[in-house]
Amino acid sequence: MTRIDSPPRRPSRLARLPIIHQLHQSVGLQRGMLVAGLVITALFVLTAILAPLVAPYGYSQLRGPDGVFGAQQPPGGAHLFGTTVGGYDVLSRVLWGAQTALFVIVVAVLLSIFAGVFLGLVSGYFGGWLDRVLVVVCDAVYAFPSLLLAIVMSIVISGGKSDLVGGVMAAAISITVVFIPQYFRVIRAETVRIKSEAYVESARVLGSGNIRIMVRHVLRNATRTLPLIFTLNSSEAILTLAGLGFLGFGIEPTAASEWGYDLNKAISDVSSGIWWTSLFPGLAIVLVVMGITLVGESLNDLADPRLRGRRAVGANAGLVAETSVVPGGTLTAGPGGLGGLESGPLHTNDGEATS
Amino acid sequence: MSDIRTDQQTILRIDDLGVSFSTDAGAVRAVDGVTLSVRRGEVLAIVGESGSGKTVTAKTILGLLPETAVSEGAVILTSRDGASENNVIALSRQRLRQVRGTDVSMVFQEPSTALNPVYTVGWQIMEGIRAHGTVSRADARKKAIEILGRVGIPDPEVRVNYYPHQFSGGQKQRVVIAMALVLEPGLIVADEPTTALDVTVQAEILDLLRRCRDEFGTAIVLITHNMGVVADLADRVAVMYQGKVVEEADAQTLFSSPQDPYTQKLLAAVPYVGQGVVRAAERAEARSPEWAAQTPVVVADNLRIQYPGRLGRPGFVAVDGVSFSIRPGEVLGLVGESGSGKTTIGRAIAGLTRVTDGSLTVLGHEMNGFKERRFKHLRSDIGFVFQDPASSFNPLLTIADCVAEPLVVHGRAANPRAARARVDELLEAVQLPRAFGDRFPHELSGGQRQRASLARALALEPALLIADEPTSALDVSVQARVLELFAELQREFGFAALFISHDLAVVDILADRIAVLYHGRLVEEGTGAQVLGSPRDPYTQRLLASLPVPDPAAQAKRRDELRRLRAAG
Repeated sequence: MTRIDSPPRRPSRLARLPIIHQLHQSVGLQRGMLVAGLVITALFVLTAILAPLVAPYGYSQLRGPDGVFGAQQPPGGAHLFGTTVGGYDVLSRVLWGAQTALFVIVVAVLLSIFAGVFLGLVSGYFGGWLDRVLVVVCDAVYAFPSLLLAIVMSIVISGGKSDLVGGVMAAAISITVVFIPQYFRVIRAETVRIKSEAYVESARVLGSGNIRIMVRHVLRNATRTLPLIFTLNSSEAILTLAGLGFLGFGIEPTAASEWGYDLNKAISDVSSGIWWTSLFPGLAIVLVVMGITLVGESLNDLADPRLRGRRAVGANAGLVAETSVVPGGTLTAGPGGLGGLESGPLHTNDGEATS
Repeated sequence: MSDIRTDQQTILRIDDLGVSFSTDAGAVRAVDGVTLSVRRGEVLAIVGESGSGKTVTAKTILGLLPETAVSEGAVILTSRDGASENNVIALSRQRLRQVRGTDVSMVFQEPSTALNPVYTVGWQIMEGIRAHGTVSRADARKKAIEILGRVGIPDPEVRVNYYPHQFSGGQKQRVVIAMALVLEPGLIVADEPTTALDVTVQAEILDLLRRCRDEFGTAIVLITHNMGVVADLADRVAVMYQGKVVEEADAQTLFSSPQDPYTQKLLAAVPYVGQGVVRAAERAEARSPEWAAQTPVVVADNLRIQYPGRLGRPGFVAVDGVSFSIRPGEVLGLVGESGSGKTTIGRAIAGLTRVTDGSLTVLGHEMNGFKERRFKHLRSDIGFVFQDPASSFNPLLTIADCVAEPLVVHGRAANPRAARARVDELLEAVQLPRAFGDRFPHELSGGQRQRASLARALALEPALLIADEPTSALDVSVQARVLELFAELQREFGFAALFISHDLAVVDILADRIAVLYHGRLVEEGTGAQVLGSPRDPYTQRLLASLPVPDPAAQAKRRDELRRLRAAG
């Protein structure tokens, strides 16, 4: 995700990277959605990395130089977002929470992506009884409510309560178990399709070994949809983590900051008019999930030429009509690349006006 | 361009038509200033390579362009009785719907996708009738049965309740034509109506279209890339190239004295039967007498290949008791229609499909009871060229990497970079510039990709090359160059080859011997002169007579010959 931050200076190589390529491709409302999602996601990642610098206090800090913070202090003064019932600074907890969330996403997605892709590739390529068994197992995992599975995993790993690493690992592993079938299914379906493509058969005729075919020809072509599932799963990972914390299986406040835990502790505050303890962690969850989902959904729409095509037409129709009355229209219009890019914001305005 | 006739006889007038598409790469102009006219009961053929704008022109006539297209100019369509005249481009959606079916209708390329598989054909024909005016179910049904009978479907009273999958490909196309004819439009647009069909079926469908013109008095706009089909059916021909009409003439004139240089080249590129006889005879003479005694590269003896069926059902026998042999340096042409088992044989020789029964010896290795591990060392002696050049290259590797793949796999080079010198040699051998090695497959045209495919197949200098329909996805002009190159390379490298094709004329150019397959059985085998000059088997005779030739006068004679054969058989 961090590669979003680097500006596309060398379009030749950089433009081929996922997300940046899509950014070039998009027009109109779709581009607006993608950009909004990317901005929110970038903010989230930056906050997580810079939390020690940005946050005014530590996540488990109860007293400053002026003594104890005090519980349930309203926003203002030394505490911009107020303090919680436990006496923590809300702003600091929210900022530090981003770090925990990012940690869980990275661990969960890394674990599931490798296992899922490997199993999907092997299962789809070789087929047979192994394939059938794996498909059945994955379907069985689908039948489990993911939160229930996560609770079981967190009890197994850490007895329910734990420190940062234990808590994060519990959440991450439980999410991994649920996500592996998703990666498995996508990669398996792609592998089965690619397996019958002529270039795989041609590699087989050449006498390439199975491993070489799988790595060189199948894997690279099968991973096209991964950025998409990756983003959608990331937002789901955050929700699962928050859900765990909310149910009390989260991370102790002294080990790390966690939005779901803070929400849980804020339940009783809501009825007594103390809104700041629940609003800000909740807002953080909503924002991050929305940002990542926006990126994922935009990628999804852009990956489908039919979805992409239709929207591009609405915005592009004027341009074509103009060129078609000029003799030799295509020559003057040129290949849309740069021109299409520069007129991007203009299209966004058009799209909003017409929609 | 021809003058625009506006008299009563004109049913369609296209006036300075231009169509542009909005694509990811900006605006693309597909049709540029096309002016055409079609008279009543006339067949106008629009020919050209893929991308020449012929299909876009045809779709404009029905107002079927996608939303990404913007068109200008005029397409004036007159109704059959001459009562109304409409400019299709300017029509509202609602008026357009009324015009479609009654004034103009369409016959699609692929009959199996043009019919909805979950409704009976009768229902689908009736749907068309009832969409235009209030007709009772019984009347519509009567009309559907009548039209099915008229397009040559036997037992129309029963067949009207059949679903599309119960018909053969040719019959499905008949049903599609019936749907187009049922409201008696003045004009039918037929977009490659026979391309998806076998040659023998194609001849029948062309006969039917000719009857449409003669009996129903319908004008036809025929879109095709096959010059033989044009010669068979068309009254007038318009040749399109890069969105423009470069030549328009009546069929006789066009074929006998083409004016435009592009038309001349296009006609010269069309292969015809009898082209290769001389060359094959020369090659046969040049061979030493001991050649016949050499061990053949491939020997098939009573070869039988069966695909496993579903549970409780018998399997499908694709190849049934076929025997042949290919000697070193010899090109065997394998001809047959779809489903005749020709591709299966090619795949079995390459070890992609398992042999069920009989014996198949490839380079001295018995393929019955095939084990990949024991066959692997022989793979460097076998090259394979696939049908579709678009999908036979890994889209993420450069052409140089793809061509280097066999060298790396068989340890002749450590990595693609080390093989680059040899790759450059190979690219030059297939007449591709060295710089193309750094391109990705999608940056090459179809013909260039197929040449790169040849380079890959020849990288290890194999003793045997299997080419499975290597030119059927290419345009005629490109096909001619690829075939020429193939013949040249074969002379140079001297490999034995199995050349699989559905096109007799293509096989004739290259093959020393030709084998004809029919329903998994080998019906005839011999030199080109024997098989094509004096075929003995009735199927070969029919196949040969069905092949349309690019010459209207000769084609008319062949048509009579085919009719005689059909009556006899």
